[in-house]
Amino acid sequence: MSLCGYAVGALGGLLFMRREKLAAAFSFGVAAISALCGLLGALLFLGGGAAAPSWQGELLPPLIPYIQLGVRLDGLGAFFLLVVSLLGCAISIYSLDYVKGFFGRRNVGVLGAFFNALLLVTTLTVVANGIWLFLIAWELMALTGYCLVSFEYEKSETRRAGVLFFVMSHIDAACIILGFLLLFQASGDYSFDSLRGVGAKMSAGKRDAAFVLFMLGFGIKAGVVPMHIWLPEAHPVAPSNVSAIMSSVLIKIGIYGLARVCFDFLGPPVWWWGVTVLVAGTVSAVLGVLYALMEHDLKRLLAYHSIENIGIILMGLGAALEFLYFKHPLLAALSLVAGMYHTINHASFKGLLFLGAGAVVQSTHTRNMEEMGGLAKRMPDTAFYFLIGAVAISALPPLNGFISEWLTYQALLRGFGATESLWRLVFPLSGAMLALTGALAAVCFVKAFGITFLAQPRSDAARNAREAAPSMRVGMLVLTAACVLLAFFPTAVVRLLDPLTQQLTGEHISGQLSLGDGLVLASLSEKAGTVSTVGMVLMGVCLLPIPFVLWLVLGRKAKTRLGPTWDCGQRGLTPKMEYTATGFSKPIRMIFKALFRPRRDTQREYDFSPYFATTVRFESHIEEVFVQRFYRPLRILIVRVSRRIRALQAGGVHAYLLYIFITLLLLLIFAL
Amino acid sequence: MSLNPPLLVAQTVLLLLLAPLVTGFIKKGKARLQNRRGAPVWQTYLDLHKFLRKDMVISEHASWVFSLAPYVEFLTALSAGLLVPMVTAQAPMGLFGGVLALVGLLALGRFFLALGGLDPGSAFGGMGSSREMTIAAIAEPAMMLAIFTLAIPAGSTSLSQIVLASQEPGWKFLDPSHALAFIGMFIVLLAETGRVPVDNPATHLELTMIHEAMLLEYSGRYLALIEWGASIKQLVLMTLLANIFFPIGLAAKTTMATFGLGLLYLMGKLALLAIAVVLVETTNAKLRLFRVPDLLGAAFMLSLLALVSTFLFR
Repeated sequence: MSLCGYAVGALGGLLFMRREKLAAAFSFGVAAISALCGLLGALLFLGGGAAAPSWQGELLPPLIPYIQLGVRLDGLGAFFLLVVSLLGCAISIYSLDYVKGFFGRRNVGVLGAFFNALLLVTTLTVVANGIWLFLIAWELMALTGYCLVSFEYEKSETRRAGVLFFVMSHIDAACIILGFLLLFQASGDYSFDSLRGVGAKMSAGKRDAAFVLFMLGFGIKAGVVPMHIWLPEAHPVAPSNVSAIMSSVLIKIGIYGLARVCFDFLGPPVWWWGVTVLVAGTVSAVLGVLYALMEHDLKRLLAYHSIENIGIILMGLGAALEFLYFKHPLLAALSLVAGMYHTINHASFKGLLFLGAGAVVQSTHTRNMEEMGGLAKRMPDTAFYFLIGAVAISALPPLNGFISEWLTYQALLRGFGATESLWRLVFPLSGAMLALTGALAAVCFVKAFGITFLAQPRSDAARNAREAAPSMRVGMLVLTAACVLLAFFPTAVVRLLDPLTQQLTGEHISGQLSLGDGLVLASLSEKAGTVSTVGMVLMGVCLLPIPFVLWLVLGRKAKTRLGPTWDCGQRGLTPKMEYTATGFSKPIRMIFKALFRPRRDTQREYDFSPYFATTVRFESHIEEVFVQRFYRPLRILIVRVSRRIRALQAGGVHAYLLYIFITLLLLLIFAL
Repeated sequence: MSLNPPLLVAQTVLLLLLAPLVTGFIKKGKARLQNRRGAPVWQTYLDLHKFLRKDMVISEHASWVFSLAPYVEFLTALSAGLLVPMVTAQAPMGLFGGVLALVGLLALGRFFLALGGLDPGSAFGGMGSSREMTIAAIAEPAMMLAIFTLAIPAGSTSLSQIVLASQEPGWKFLDPSHALAFIGMFIVLLAETGRVPVDNPATHLELTMIHEAMLLEYSGRYLALIEWGASIKQLVLMTLLANIFFPIGLAAKTTMATFGLGLLYLMGKLALLAIAVVLVETTNAKLRLFRVPDLLGAAFMLSLLALVSTFLFR
């Protein structure tokens, strides 16, 4: 049903292209309603419990032989459908007013149409029940994604990012197609039903090859380090509602693909798969947050955090694969719950943060944090929502990021006892790196929130900023509510995950995870550790009267007045004296100097002494080590090889005929 | 696991009242080692009393975040304290979270305090926030690994369970893994509570300060809350260190007698730990900011070795 809705929305957007107000209202309105349908459908399905029958159907009558376009909803698909629909709904509401910023400048109808198309194909990807539909939807996702990234095509930065996104999308599609070909070779059928557990029929080498191909393909989509380079380029340049959908939903489809293939198709895992995924996750998490810290472009910062969070999700998935190898399905289910819980958490808070950033960028017309400041007074609602998102993404209690990281810690701690081999040290080390990641994320979001929203405005644009339009605030409110609900009712969320774990590991563990009427989350047993966010909030509320009672007793006469900030006796503080985003992360930059290799350039002009400079110019630049060491040489190599090959294509018909002849000859010889 | 209201109230009161005393004790100890008479040990109570009665000046640039921060700092420190077994093996609020929640709550307090430091728009506040967050970030992995060293053999992240597991007869007092993890954790304690090799709690308005720089714009009752919160946090971390590494004297049941005995043991352990802190503070100079990562890196390596030695010796 929601599929039809998106299709109508897309068509409507195109239809009303010339009348932008109508087009905007229609396409995003329809998108919101269809997403709501999808949300309800997924909730109903998952709420049915572990015994929920999977819903199956044919999308189109089989027009062409061999090409089946079947759709099927199962535990895994339904969970991702929930993620897609939740975000689709909130972001569509947000877009209603957000796109008004483009009126008169841009064709909003096209934006609406592509936005709907993107939601449509994303939904199709997670419900596809065959290689054909999956791959078609996958390719269309890349295509619509490209169109949306390049929406503001007149900026060269945007075009560059769009092309990079396109190229990387095709590399990942190529890897995935090759992987599916390997699977198809063993199963002989295109439908996913025949692929289930097909890994058992394949030779070890082919299974490993398929795993590597899928890991590469889905890893590029998900933005796993070192295949992530497109992500921080492409996500920030798109319109903010698109950035939100890309960062919170699109990269999750990579996770969906990986989970689908690794747990459903490839059969019992080999020992190094789990370790690979776990290590890739850990590296992504730490590097993602470190590069995020170096950013002062608000949206790029958020994009790097997506890499970090994908890493955390992969930690859960990797641990689950490893537990399956150790034949601990219960622990595998726990790790899977941790990873999937983090998936929906990241979707909700990253969507929220991108929407908040979108509101800020729209009213200040810049993405540079150094030109913001003081927005908490000018945009109080947006500031509040952004703060909630910031606390959630920093994995601080009592919000949802903390819950899923808590589950991840529990899974990783159990990993140490699950085996006797030396590899078990990987688990606590990943745990320590998860701690580092969480703490660095907190640093980064103190910076992101503090520099953007607090203190004095650093530019006129920030000084004149206005609160976001109503529908934008409603969109953010929906996601804020999602963050809070996901945090306060973890046991309910875990119950929704039962069909998924039942399907992929054969265990459903929500009963073992919940205690005390579902208000306390336990780590499989009460003894192994418990946590309750509701409990923590209650505790805080109960303790809150203490300071007030003391003031009533002691400080009744004390007054509060406003005064200037202490300026060391100089005449007034200016915004130029405030701490900057670059300055804030300087200690981290110095500590991890070996990784960042910052390039600094200082020029001074002075008259008589260098201590009395007339002008100082300072430049600092950081290039990612992967771009520098791997992608740039690779690009140069490709260009060089292409130049050589160009000689073949001289343009003469005779030469081409000769090529065809030689090819034919070779094929014949090969066939004989 | 059920809630125990008298214990809950007793521990809350204990946290509130004991924390300033520990701070005063350390100050007094430092003064004595420097051949000064020093302020009386209850000076911190008098300071808090004074701050609570004073007028407040709030920066005109500050927003609502500035006023929110002291409450968050105070409440998170106090809540974290209720998750720790202090005099009984059973923490009063242990059901609501174990050691991970404790670390998380303290981090939440720090997060808001750092925002409060940035809010008035003074360069001091920004500098303090930046440094405090950085140091906490690099201290965190060391702390987690040290905690894992204890949590993995106990098979639990619940502090009460960790304490119960180490009270069992198989527990060795000077197990290499325990000793290494203890040293690692002690260094983290120094960093987290802003003690000398990392930060100097005695300086004001100097470029070397970290924690104090964040608080520069706070006054009156907000300052009282923050100072009190900081000393509760210090007490919580010291209690954690004392009780999970030396779980002697923790009462299994809550009767008046066992409670009293547990309290005596707790005071004794805290006094020893405070003396250790005083000795470290007196015999060391403050490190340059960019030397601090080396120290915390050492703590990380010690904790890692502790974990590896659990692997080797069991």
